Amino acid sequence: MNATTTASILATTLALGPSVLYATLGEIVGQRAGIVNLGIEGVMLVGAAVGFAAGVVFGNSYLGLLAGAGAGLAFNMLMAAMTVTRGTNQLATGFALYFLGVGVSTLIGDQYIGSSVGGVGQFHLPGLGLLPHPWSNIFDQDLLVWLMFPTAVLLWWLLFHTRWGLHVRAVGEDRQRAYAAGLHPDRIRYQALAIAGALSGLSGAHLAVAYTKTWQDGITAGRGFVVISIVILALWHPVRAIPGALLFTAAVATGLQLQALGVPVSPFLLDMLPYVVTIAVVLIWGRPKAFAIPAALQEVFVGTST
Amino acid sequence: MTELALTLRERPRLSAVARRLVWVLVGFAVYCALILLYGKNPLAALHDTFTNTLGSTYGFEQVVIKMIPLVLTAMAVAVPARIGLVNVGGEGQLFLGGLCATGAAITFTSLPAWVLLPLMSLFAIIGGGALAAVAGWLRARGWLSEVFSTVLFNYIAILAVSVLVFGPWRDPTSSNYPQTRLFVPAAQIPHIGSSQVDITVFVAIAVVIAFDLVLRRTRWGLEMRAIGANPQAAARNGVPVRRYIVACMFVGGALAGLAGMDQVAGLQLRLNTGISSGFGYLGFLISWLSGHNPRLIVPMSFLLALLAAGGDVLQITQSLPYALVNVMSAVLLIIVLFGRSAGVRSVS
Repeated sequence: MNATTTASILATTLALGPSVLYATLGEIVGQRAGIVNLGIEGVMLVGAAVGFAAGVVFGNSYLGLLAGAGAGLAFNMLMAAMTVTRGTNQLATGFALYFLGVGVSTLIGDQYIGSSVGGVGQFHLPGLGLLPHPWSNIFDQDLLVWLMFPTAVLLWWLLFHTRWGLHVRAVGEDRQRAYAAGLHPDRIRYQALAIAGALSGLSGAHLAVAYTKTWQDGITAGRGFVVISIVILALWHPVRAIPGALLFTAAVATGLQLQALGVPVSPFLLDMLPYVVTIAVVLIWGRPKAFAIPAALQEVFVGTST
Repeated sequence: MTELALTLRERPRLSAVARRLVWVLVGFAVYCALILLYGKNPLAALHDTFTNTLGSTYGFEQVVIKMIPLVLTAMAVAVPARIGLVNVGGEGQLFLGGLCATGAAITFTSLPAWVLLPLMSLFAIIGGGALAAVAGWLRARGWLSEVFSTVLFNYIAILAVSVLVFGPWRDPTSSNYPQTRLFVPAAQIPHIGSSQVDITVFVAIAVVIAFDLVLRRTRWGLEMRAIGANPQAAARNGVPVRRYIVACMFVGGALAGLAGMDQVAGLQLRLNTGISSGFGYLGFLISWLSGHNPRLIVPMSFLLALLAAGGDVLQITQSLPYALVNVMSAVLLIIVLFGRSAGVRSVS
């Protein structure tokens, strides 16, 4: 593998980063508050469709990203209303949200098939442009790519070094005791799910508005489900989500690059790579660690474990 | 087992049926509202739906054809759900079942139908079942929740079908559409009389009845309900919980695999990437709509099959997008979950 290929894989790995990492960070916040959102895929799809539509209508991709985040937030409030206020089963509700998102994004996106958006501007961070030729391309990225690292750190700070973060984690560990201690678990869960929805919508919107720049049905291709696996891998920690997310996008990027090089392997086999890698890595590194999983999630998942 | 405060018989309450009827009516109103939103006349749409589905023999058969995979994939979710497992992988298990059945069909082309069809079924059962059993095994070991593994296996299984139908199994004579050759007659599931409905419909009925009986009348059913109610207590009473986890996942996956076999050998008569219109996902919705109760799965499958067949019709007569069916199915589940929610109330 020569330098150009390697550089190209690394560049795509970074460029795809926001389409996974923001949603992962959002899901971490939600799960820290004790809500597993299996419907992340649906939220991302709605964010992508609304974001793309807004990008086409307003002719401004940044507005598209903003609209995508807003749509994701609004859509995730349905999850909050169902699971927090009505106490419905989280997994079934999440799945309903996924299915609804698939349908809604198709209904919206169908009207914009064939349209395209300008995308968002790419730039180097100061200094990185001075690297020799193929390597400088790696760092030719857009604003959201550069912002994903500080966002992860910001969420880590929010969750672990602020009063609000302590409350979120308290609610995620034991809702009843958090209530007894004078917190408002429902309000905190709504807040956490609002952040999760906005970040997931942003992820989807980035994929459509800044990466593919065109609409295709089911554009997220299971990223929402991968995200939930990366959360396990990251042990519910925002900063540890960065390598997890980039590992997935690196697998996608490698597959894409090998296809571009005309490697005599079925492209569909290469498309499998990210899912296989995700499962393998979760099994190797992310076997449930009792200390890391928010206790409230135990009820959701491990109810029947022996 | 006598320590367990469970009765062997479990009686469905009539109110549960009545409540679901109310939910269906609410869903019906939402459906009409959605059609109005698209600027179409709901009455005309409903008229078209009924004349072209329940109103004609052809239409009714179309509904039944869709019901077969839906009942099977819903059972694929319901069986593991009775012990508290969430199988989101019906779609992938359906695809792998179809893939394995196709493998048998195109390898053993010279066998007579009475050998080949059972052999294909066996392949489909093993294919779908194994995929789900792996997820169950990972869960039983405590390594990975079956929720994640099954959902990720979906993508892998669907891509595996693409690899084969775009690659080694591709019919060289069909240049446009990637698919395998037409199955030999012995590998095609016979139809009932001159109808379009194949005999898998009897398999689906038998599966529902068998599961209902197992659940109510056997020790397995009692132990399954015990695990579903309280796995720790069941384990302390000597129920092999881990074995049940793997076994229930296998049975579920096998049923979804049979749905895949029905699609390739009863309907398409070849393997291609279009063997499922999201049946695995709809099955999940149906199982949750029915509370994993086999007796309710049949009417709920009928309802969703009607909705899906109606979606096909309205696409043509009213040029309404088919995605409305997905939206409507999801809305139906949301209504039911919202209406049920007898469980945890919020504390604040």
